[in-house]
Amino acid sequence: MNAIAAFGGGFWRRSGAMLIKEFIQLRRDRVSFAMIVMIPLMQLILFGYAINTTPRDLPTAVLVQETSDVGRSILAALQNTRYFKITKVVSDEAEFDRLIRSGTVLFGIEIPAGFERALRRGERPALLVAADATDPVASGAALGALGPLVQTALAHDHALPESSAPAFQFRAHARYNPAASTPLNIVPGLVGTILTMTMLIFTALSVTREIERGTMESLLAMPITPLEIMVGKIVPYIIVGFAQATLIIGAGVLMFGVPIFGNLLLLAALSTLFIATNLSVGYTFSTIAQNQLQAMQMSMMFFLPNILLSGFMFPFAGMPVWAQWIGEFLPLTHYIRIVRAIMLKGATFAELHYDAAALFGLMLLATAIAISRFRRTLD
Amino acid sequence: MTTPSDIVIDVEGLTKTFGARTVVRDLSLQVRRGAIYGFLGPNGSGKTTTIRMLCGLLTPDAGSGTTLGYDIRTEADKIKRQVGYMTQRFSLYQDLSVRENLEFVARLYGLPEPPRAARDMIARLGLSGREEQLAGELSGGWKQRLALGACTLPSPKLLLLDEPTAGVDPKARREFWNEIHALAAEGLTVLVSTHYMDEAERCHEIAYIAYGVLLTHGTVDEVVAQSGLTTYTATGGDILKLSSALDGKSGVDTVAPFGNSLHVSGRDREALEKALAPYRDDRAITWTPSEPSLEDVFIELMNRAKDNFQ
Ligand SMILES: Nc1ncnc2c1ncn2[C@@H]1O[C@H](COP(=O)(O)OP(=O)(O)O)[C@@H](O)[C@H]1O
Ligand SMILES: [Mg+2]
Repeated sequence: MNAIAAFGGGFWRRSGAMLIKEFIQLRRDRVSFAMIVMIPLMQLILFGYAINTTPRDLPTAVLVQETSDVGRSILAALQNTRYFKITKVVSDEAEFDRLIRSGTVLFGIEIPAGFERALRRGERPALLVAADATDPVASGAALGALGPLVQTALAHDHALPESSAPAFQFRAHARYNPAASTPLNIVPGLVGTILTMTMLIFTALSVTREIERGTMESLLAMPITPLEIMVGKIVPYIIVGFAQATLIIGAGVLMFGVPIFGNLLLLAALSTLFIATNLSVGYTFSTIAQNQLQAMQMSMMFFLPNILLSGFMFPFAGMPVWAQWIGEFLPLTHYIRIVRAIMLKGATFAELHYDAAALFGLMLLATAIAISRFRRTLD
Repeated sequence: MTTPSDIVIDVEGLTKTFGARTVVRDLSLQVRRGAIYGFLGPNGSGKTTTIRMLCGLLTPDAGSGTTLGYDIRTEADKIKRQVGYMTQRFSLYQDLSVRENLEFVARLYGLPEPPRAARDMIARLGLSGREEQLAGELSGGWKQRLALGACTLPSPKLLLLDEPTAGVDPKARREFWNEIHALAAEGLTVLVSTHYMDEAERCHEIAYIAYGVLLTHGTVDEVVAQSGLTTYTATGGDILKLSSALDGKSGVDTVAPFGNSLHVSGRDREALEKALAPYRDDRAITWTPSEPSLEDVFIELMNRAKDNFQ
């Protein structure tokens, strides 16, 4: 008998045995099963709610440094947009700052001294708008609506020339979060975040669970290799992860009108790569951890920088260099770039090969660690 | 005549240390093909550790040997393909059904038709009608049978059974032993660990281990004969009082109550008789010379080992 051929054929057979077993166990595990469906749905609904709500009556403070008809008209026009609700009118700059800083108001609008005179002279004076952009979803939309509406109102009330060049300019100053991310950026980021969380947890528990339940000893006494065990344990979740990704992206498109400009097939292929990468990382934790609790803690420790340093929460380019370096080693960083680029910019593989290669590299690294860490004996 | 290929397990000087504790010490063992070999010893004596070394799950710190002719240090992969190991703790998947567990094993070992192999085994185990029941929901006795079925499914040449009857009711225990004998009759070699003395009688050969040291081995008769013990059985009178009076006396090596009688044994016949002399006048007690039981032998061996290794 050809021993090598027997081994080659045996690999898929043994991985397959493992895979079928894992599938049956997953199907029976109601909690995990609920998690697969509930986590994406919950996150989508929570985030989606924030995305979907057109902000209304955002509390606004006005710093009036001159009283004039034009000023009054601007304020009235602001109120009419329904975005703003003027809750405070102050004349003291320190008080104005305090209101924004404390979060009492989300917006501060400053009408500077000499504004009307400058306007009449056609000097295009600036109207200062300070926005608390820590809540970018709320402030972004309101800021966007500001310009045109007020302009129209002024032209109407004061017979100012409705020329192509606006009579004055808004100087919007987004405080605290200068590059406010838009709702469109959130859905793609959300796909990656949810996948990271669920995929890590599923595989992080897989080896430690076998050890804790006492089934590992039998498994080790059978002729199956660490790689075969790993493949058998990971493949079912690639399918699970793929279903989750489809669910989230589908809901993003249907519910929030997020576009997909790029190639769906490319998106699917790179999503699968990302899923496999996270599964490998989770599996690696599983081979290092002593018990399920430790595996869970490791996953959380890994999840946190993924959220904070990947560009999901804060713009990547705005992070300090050391943080960017860490970010480069996190799968989510690359996936967020990939998803945003494919969905929002219609990017092709040619533009994404660096991030794809990075994901692949991280997967190989995790797999190598997992295989070398996997203990084949009980020593 | 015994040729090397008739020896299925052949190890020498096995030693295993966990941290500072030596759990198995310089253990040598030889098991013939087709034998039911009983591995006896109290809890914590190193039975499980030894079995794990025999199938390559633990690496010995010292010593060497072969299982089925394969080196236990370097050829664990080959050993695994031909050994059925039934762990002390139930190690099938509790959330898989009887059928799914057996099919998993069948697939893993590459049996030609896993569903059929599983079905045949279910019939053999008498589990028909329970094939869709989850393994975790079976009673203790059925769990053990299923576990035995799972490790015999790939037709191994050697079975390593680690306390397969612990916590199982007497009837299930008897049936389990009948099954072991049936398997041995088919040519399998079986190494079975236990701490039940009565099960020793059902083995072709036994070895006794305490504190990680293999103290004696051979057939039951050989073990008893080798012990060199002289035993007297006392009946009637106050057994308990007599027991505490004799315990620790010089010349008396073990005192063991058996129901209403007391076994008193010593290695040195003269010393023992001298120690017993004062009690022979007691009218209430009848003394009869008797064969030491296996238990007497083990207790004596263990007491001696305790002095040496603890
Ligand atoms: N992995 C291990 N690490 C540390 N100590 C162990 C380990 N396995 C077994 N022991 C210790 O070794 C001793 C012998 O254990 P074991 O071989 O399970 O005995 P038995 O099976 O005869 O009850 C016990 O005291 C046990 O606590
Ligand atoms: Mg044990």
